[in-house]
Amino acid sequence: MKQTNSGTCADCQYWEKSSYRSVLERNVSLYGYEPFMQDYMARWKYRGDYVLGKVFEADFKKLFQQYFRDAKHVAVPIPLSTERLAERGFNQAGELADFTGAKRKDVLGRKHGEKQSKRSRLHRLTSDNPFYLLAEPPKFAVLIDDIYTTGTTLRHAARLMKENGTVYVAACTLIRG
Amino acid sequence: MELDPKRYAGKRLLRHEIPLPTTTLQQALQHHHFKQIPAIRKEKSGSHCNRCNATQPHLKLLTCQICGDKHLYCRNCIQMGRVSACAHFYEWSGPEADWPRHDQPCAWEGTLTTHQQAAADAIEQAMKQSGKLLVHAVCGAGKTEMLFQGVTAALEEGKRICLATPRADVVRELLPRFQHAFPKVTVQALYGGSLDKTGDGQLLLATTHQLLRFYHAFDVLIIDEMDAFPYHADPMLHFASEKAKKPRCASIFLTATPRQKEKRQIAAKTLPHVFVPLRFHGQPLPVPVAKICFGLHKQLKKGNLPKGFTKWLHKRNNPTRQLLVFLPTVELADTLQAEAQRALYPFAQKIMPKTRGETLISTVHAADIDREEKVQAFRNRETAIILTTTILERGVTFPSVDVAILNAGHDVFDEAALVQIAGRAGRSPADPAGEVVFFHEGRSDAMDKAVQSITEMNRRAKRL
Repeated sequence: MKQTNSGTCADCQYWEKSSYRSVLERNVSLYGYEPFMQDYMARWKYRGDYVLGKVFEADFKKLFQQYFRDAKHVAVPIPLSTERLAERGFNQAGELADFTGAKRKDVLGRKHGEKQSKRSRLHRLTSDNPFYLLAEPPKFAVLIDDIYTTGTTLRHAARLMKENGTVYVAACTLIRG
Repeated sequence: MELDPKRYAGKRLLRHEIPLPTTTLQQALQHHHFKQIPAIRKEKSGSHCNRCNATQPHLKLLTCQICGDKHLYCRNCIQMGRVSACAHFYEWSGPEADWPRHDQPCAWEGTLTTHQQAAADAIEQAMKQSGKLLVHAVCGAGKTEMLFQGVTAALEEGKRICLATPRADVVRELLPRFQHAFPKVTVQALYGGSLDKTGDGQLLLATTHQLLRFYHAFDVLIIDEMDAFPYHADPMLHFASEKAKKPRCASIFLTATPRQKEKRQIAAKTLPHVFVPLRFHGQPLPVPVAKICFGLHKQLKKGNLPKGFTKWLHKRNNPTRQLLVFLPTVELADTLQAEAQRALYPFAQKIMPKTRGETLISTVHAADIDREEKVQAFRNRETAIILTTTILERGVTFPSVDVAILNAGHDVFDEAALVQIAGRAGRSPADPAGEVVFFHEGRSDAMDKAVQSITEMNRRAKRL
């Protein structure tokens, strides 16, 4: 992650200059994306070793409660496409959303496309919004995902929700890539 | 659509491992060309994974969004793709694969020594009778060549053969040798990340992990380096190799360093075995020399090469031999890298006066993505010195090298590892000597036993 002196990271400064200005309030994460964490994620997410998620339960809950204690916040996990879900059998973001201790609402659906991790940065930044709404989004939403890399995914989801009545969207992610 | 039995025979596969559209697979099931079996079977004693046979505590609950249920999945063999209770294995039950009967398939033209010949005869006999045989042959005895006669006979009878080994490096090394020896036979290599994926060859070279995908597949199963990690200590891999055999199947085990269990079975005469104590070129094994280096641990910790080691480098018998330096850990390889480049450069230059640059010295370890290229570069004599962890301890042949172990007293260097490492030296008939030096600061039992065992083999060879 690029550090800056302004209290806002370089990534967010970039986004604030784009058409995605003030779409996402903030993002908080627990860990950096170290080689160990990459291996761990590979086994948890891609190999599908479900129980490995449990390790994060207490700390992730603490993180969420630290920043979004107010009961008005609703956890909205970033979904997988139906096809991807059928392949993996579980959505790691859904797992994390259950850990938060907050109310969970699955209001987002996702079109099937390439894996984000297989895309280049530029390709991600200019890609189309893959999300659609399944239900009315909550007024105060905290998006939950495993990894924040470029922030594109979260901002796509945030924008869609803001256009449909959400007042406040922040993000709580396990890892900041 | 006609399905090729060769592609699926002897395999137990998950749905995603079968590249067929669902309709085709459904038809095949209706025609009883495939049999569906549950991925995890329930027995009185508990649940078992139908691929690796694992039970609790390896089976864990998963809230599955494919079937909507909470059910078990297997963590034990998850690296081969997850086995979930709501899925199925597909087993070929169509017509049997008709493997060709080859007429004189062997193109290898070398000759065997009398000892190799005796072992080759025993191997052929065991293969014919679908028996069991342990071949105990010293490093550099020419194990691979001893197999050719038996493999030839098996191929002439239209049998399917698999040579499995715990180490992917060994598979990669053996592939071209078998391809040259059996040019008309479909020889395939299977390991994590291999180019061949289909496994529809008649003669397969595979890592022992790959055996997990097979079921009643082979007439002959050869386990090379049977005492190596991870095979020797992993019940899953033993199960996998049993499962991959046809009910009538020959089992040939190859090793240069049998473990206690096999030694006991040999002594009790419960495991038929044949012993080849002499290298194919007839010269004795180089006996390791232990050199104590005071301050070795301290120097290594600081990222410096031990003084005794550099001193030895100055007075090697043959300063043009390539050098294999074994290190106990990856971390040490990292800390030594900079110093090694600097301090070893003059010696590397002596080995290869014509080449220059940093590529003269390289470092390799298990997780290294360039591992294959680096080992190949050393084999091609493009690299003068290679620093390695124990991954190069066995199965790889470099014609003319000296071998040094830094901190030979470390736990990772058990007796078998030390004997194997020492066995890298003096492999070539043109240069059968080679030096092997254990640099240590306090000798271990394993070091003593390794030296004893090598001396003993040389003694037995001399008596012949």
